[in-house]
Amino acid sequence: MHRHTLTLAAALALGGTLAMAEEVRVYNWSDYIDEELLTKFQEETGIDLVYDVFDSNEVLETKMLAGGSGYDVVVPTGTFLQRQIQAGAFQKLDKSKLPNLSNMWDVIMERTAQYDPGNEYSVNYMWGTTGLGVNTKKVAEVLGENAPIDSLALVFDPANMEKLASCGVHFLDAPTEMIPAALKYIGENPDAQDAETIAKAEAVLMAVRPYVQKFHSSEYINALANGDICVAFGWSGDVLQARDRAAEADNGVEIAYNAPKEGALMWFDMMAIPADAPNPDGAHKFLNFIMDAQNMAAASNYVYYANGNKASQEFLAEDVIGDPAIYPSEETVKNLYTVSPWDAKVQRVATRLWTKVKSGT
Amino acid sequence: MRRFLLIAIPFGWLLALFLVPFFIVVKISLSDVAVSIPPYVPQFSWETGIGTFLRDLDFENFVFLTTDSLYWKSYVGSLVIAVISTFLTLLIGYPIAYGMARAPEEWRATLMMLIILPFWTSFLIRIYAWMGILSREGLLNQFLMWTGVISEPLTILNTNYAVYIGIIYAYLPFMVLPIYSALDRMDTSLIEAAEDLGCSRLTAFWLVTVPLSRNGIIAGCFLVFIPALGEFVIPSLLGGSGTLMIGKVLWEEFSSNRDWPLASAVAVVLLLILVVPIVLFQRNQQKQQEAEQ
Repeated sequence: MHRHTLTLAAALALGGTLAMAEEVRVYNWSDYIDEELLTKFQEETGIDLVYDVFDSNEVLETKMLAGGSGYDVVVPTGTFLQRQIQAGAFQKLDKSKLPNLSNMWDVIMERTAQYDPGNEYSVNYMWGTTGLGVNTKKVAEVLGENAPIDSLALVFDPANMEKLASCGVHFLDAPTEMIPAALKYIGENPDAQDAETIAKAEAVLMAVRPYVQKFHSSEYINALANGDICVAFGWSGDVLQARDRAAEADNGVEIAYNAPKEGALMWFDMMAIPADAPNPDGAHKFLNFIMDAQNMAAASNYVYYANGNKASQEFLAEDVIGDPAIYPSEETVKNLYTVSPWDAKVQRVATRLWTKVKSGT
Repeated sequence: MRRFLLIAIPFGWLLALFLVPFFIVVKISLSDVAVSIPPYVPQFSWETGIGTFLRDLDFENFVFLTTDSLYWKSYVGSLVIAVISTFLTLLIGYPIAYGMARAPEEWRATLMMLIILPFWTSFLIRIYAWMGILSREGLLNQFLMWTGVISEPLTILNTNYAVYIGIIYAYLPFMVLPIYSALDRMDTSLIEAAEDLGCSRLTAFWLVTVPLSRNGIIAGCFLVFIPALGEFVIPSLLGGSGTLMIGKVLWEEFSSNRDWPLASAVAVVLLLILVVPIVLFQRNQQKQQEAEQ
C-alpha cells in the first residue's frame, strides 16, 4: 500500500510524466521455471519482476527467519513451510484475489494440507521425488550391466560406491532428504522424529562419504549432463533436465532418473507470501498468473516436474504427463513416503550429523 | 580542538562500523537458537528488563566449539591451507616481481597493467571459470589427454589441489605488487658494489636484494595469508567434501544450519585468531615507516 501512495505522490509531483514502476520480487529454486513466463508476466501486468534463485531450503529459511528479505513470493518445501508458518514468517493468502485457485488439484491439496492446514498460506507450485540420477553407460562400465540403478544400494552400499567414486558421485546438500533416505535403506521409518533413530543414519552415510565427491544441490545438473559425474542423488526434474541438456549437447551422455524401489521421498514446493512482503498485492497477481492452466503447463513442460494444477494437465506435453518418473502411477505413489519437520532439539542432532557427514570429522 | 575533531571522526567511524557489529555478534554468540524471527533467543525487551535478558545468556556455544572436533580441525585446516598457499604464492610471485622491477623502464607500466587487469573481471566469475578448466571433462584434462601426458582424466576439481590453485591465482597480485614496489625502489648500484667486492650474482641476490625487499615480502605474505585464512568462496566452489576451512564452516553454520549463536561463536574465535597476524602486520608497517623517516 505504501508503495502505491509513493507512486501516486511521485506521479503528482512530476505531473504524471514519470511513475515509479510497480515491482514484484520472487525467490524461487534454481532451474525451476521457463524464463519466458517471467517476460510474459511483465508484459501482461506491467509489473517489473525481480527473479532470484536459491538451491537450499536451509538458506531460504535463514532469509525468512532473519526477516526483511524484501521478497514478495518465496517457494519453501512443505516441511519447511510448516515450521516457518509457526514462526510467523508468512501472511494468509487473500483467496478473493486468486480466482485461478479453482484450477488446483484436490488430490495434491489434500496432501499439502498436512503442512499448511486448509492451504491458507500457500499454493503448490511443483512436486516431485528424490532419487537416483544415473549416467547409464558409465555406471554399466563400472558396476556391470546388472548395476542396481533403481535401488538405494547403489549409493548406500560402500562396495558399489567405492567403484563409483572413480567416475564421480554427488549427493544433495539437504539433510532433510538424505537422512530419511539413509533410514529407509536400513529399514527404519524415514519420518522418524526421535534422536536415537536419526542417529542410526550416521553409520550409513559415514560409510559412503569418502566416495562422495561433493555435497551440493544444483551443480549436479551440469555435472551429470557434461559427464563429469556418473551418479547423483538428486531431484527428479533436475535429473531429467540434465538428460535433456546432454541430449541437446549431443555428447553421447545418457542420463536416466529412477525413484528407488525401496521407496522415495515425495515433496511439495509451495509458493507463499512473506509476512513482511513489500508488495503483497503484486505477489497475489504473480500467484494467480502462475496458477493459470496454460502457464503452469508451460512451466512443467520446461522443468519436468509435476504440478498441483489439475486444469494444466490437458496442456502438458506427452513426455511429461506420460512419464511415470514425473507423474507416477498410483501403484508407485504407494511406494512414496513423506516426512514432517523435526523439532528444535532433534533438528540440532540432525544438523550435527549432517555437518559431520559432509566434513568427515 | 581541531586536532581532536580530526581524530574523533575516524575513531567514531571505527567505533560505529567495527565495535558495534562486533558486540552484536558477541551478544548473539551468547544466545540460544530458536525457530522464530530472528532465529535466536533471548530477545531484549524493555518489559522484562535487562536483568532477565542477561541471566539468559551463557557460554554454552563456546563450550560446544571445544567438544566438537570439527571446529578446531577446520581452524587448523584453514591455517595449513593459508600457510602453504602463502608460501607457494611467494615462490611464484617473487620472480614475477623481480622480472618486472628489472624490466626496461618503458615496459613496466604495461607489465603492471597486466597484473591488475584480472581485477576488471568479477572475482566470482574468475573462480567459476576455474571450475570449467579443472573439471573432469574440462579444458585442462582435455589438453593433457590430447598431448598424451595422461590417459585417464585427473580429478582436480572438488579437491584441495583446486583450492590451492584458486587461492594462488586469486591472490598472486597481492604478493607481486608490494614486492615489486620494494624492488623498484632499490638502488641497483648496491648490487654492483657487492659484485665489485667479490660476491657472485647469486650471493649478491641473497645478501642484498632479498633483505632489501624484506618489507615487500612481509607485506605480500600478510596480504595473502589473512584473506586466505578466512576464505569462503574458493573452498566452497573449488573444494570438495574433504576441504575443511573455517570460512566454509562459518557460512554453513549461519545459512544452512541456521545456527546463528554457534556461527557467531565461531566468528568471535576466528577474529581472535586473526588479530594476532594483523597486529604483527601493523607493527611491521609502523617500523618500516619509522625507518623511512
